[in-house]
Amino acid sequence: MEPMAGEWTSAAHSMGTTIMAVEYNGGVILGADSRTTTGVYVANRASDKITQLTDNVYLCRSGSAADTQVVSDYVRYFLNQHTIQLGREATVKTAATLVKELAYQNKSFLQAGMIVAGWDKYDGGSVYAVPLGGTLLRLPFATGGSGSSYLYGFLDQAWRPQMSKDEAERFVVKSIALAIARDGASGGVVRTVTVNEHGVERNFFAGDKLPLFHEEIPPGRNSLLA
Amino acid sequence: TTIMAVQFDGGVVLGADSRTSTGSYVANRVSDKIVPIHDFIWTCRSGSAADTQAVADYVKYYVDAHSMELGRLPRVRTVANLMRKICYNNKDNLMAGLIVGGWDPYEGGQVYEIPLGGTIMRQKFALGGSGSSYIYGLVDSYYREGMTREECEIFVKKSISHAMARDGSSGGVIRITTIQSTGVQRQCILGSDVCMAMRWNHDYFYHGLNQRLKDG
Repeated sequence: MEPMAGEWTSAAHSMGTTIMAVEYNGGVILGADSRTTTGVYVANRASDKITQLTDNVYLCRSGSAADTQVVSDYVRYFLNQHTIQLGREATVKTAATLVKELAYQNKSFLQAGMIVAGWDKYDGGSVYAVPLGGTLLRLPFATGGSGSSYLYGFLDQAWRPQMSKDEAERFVVKSIALAIARDGASGGVVRTVTVNEHGVERNFFAGDKLPLFHEEIPPGRNSLLA
Repeated sequence: TTIMAVQFDGGVVLGADSRTSTGSYVANRVSDKIVPIHDFIWTCRSGSAADTQAVADYVKYYVDAHSMELGRLPRVRTVANLMRKICYNNKDNLMAGLIVGGWDPYEGGQVYEIPLGGTIMRQKFALGGSGSSYIYGLVDSYYREGMTREECEIFVKKSISHAMARDGSSGGVIRITTIQSTGVQRQCILGSDVCMAMRWNHDYFYHGLNQRLKDG
């Protein structure tokens, strides 16, 4: 067994991940974990998977880190031009359609699961899922990445329409914490971005702020650090 | 498949869906995935139907002989270990994910999970089958210590409904088996009694549809 150079030194960066976006009464909340892995090595334990496309539209990225960075760069560039030509801010639907076009037309080269969410004055808060393959689907809540499988049951049961901002943020943080508990490829901190008519607000929830579930030990009472 | 077992004070609740599929064809939509090994010890089966039937039959035979020699009720731990031995020693040829749940007079209600490979793990609750991935989040957030028998039954029914809603390989009816010192009770939850797991979808997309249809 080679002591130093492992397979992880040359493996592609992947974002085994949990991402989600949720509509609430007045806007959207995007959430993600912060773990980027190359094989089993955690290349970045504090990455930011929620990127800005325009002032009012954000993108959650999962899958190949390289692919999603390139797609978001292209879409940001196109939307910038589009906004100037249009004379008003771009709608979430436009941004999502652009992401979908890139994902669908290049489906054989890309491994990118994305969620586009934002606020505009025509549709209010909207969430659009663009999974592998390049479907475009508007939903009240969407989830993606390797950790998302574990969340479907919880989300189907717990999501309600017209939640308040605080309820929705707690809901997103709880969901990502549940996924982090079960998915080895998700971890780190939980980042959230809230987009509504008043603007954008970023939040950050480190380990001690995440809810605990049955049998989990509270941070600070770990016997190894006694 | 989705299978599940939960321990409560004085017994266990086992639950399963009822879909057996070969590819995309549903070979049996009302199958029974919960089999008795002994009076108070039952097993939930997932994976290859043939493999799990064979393993269960062997264990049933061994436990039958064992309990007669012993002259008393077998331990759930014994049954689980017998099953684990078979699964581990034949791991290259088997695809069997099993959950053993039962009651014995020595340790009360117990749940043991035996996933692929032949590990054995005693747990307060266990999930298995392809549909189980979708309900880990739900189960982690819902479960608490010290639930009563009725609460456990509702917990199992709700969780399996949600798994059936999202997993193509799970469906049909929900079968529940409750084992206590007083005896074993079997239930079958069908059709509309399976809770509407995708109610949010119905409300969100069909909101106002009935009204619009009425208006013409």
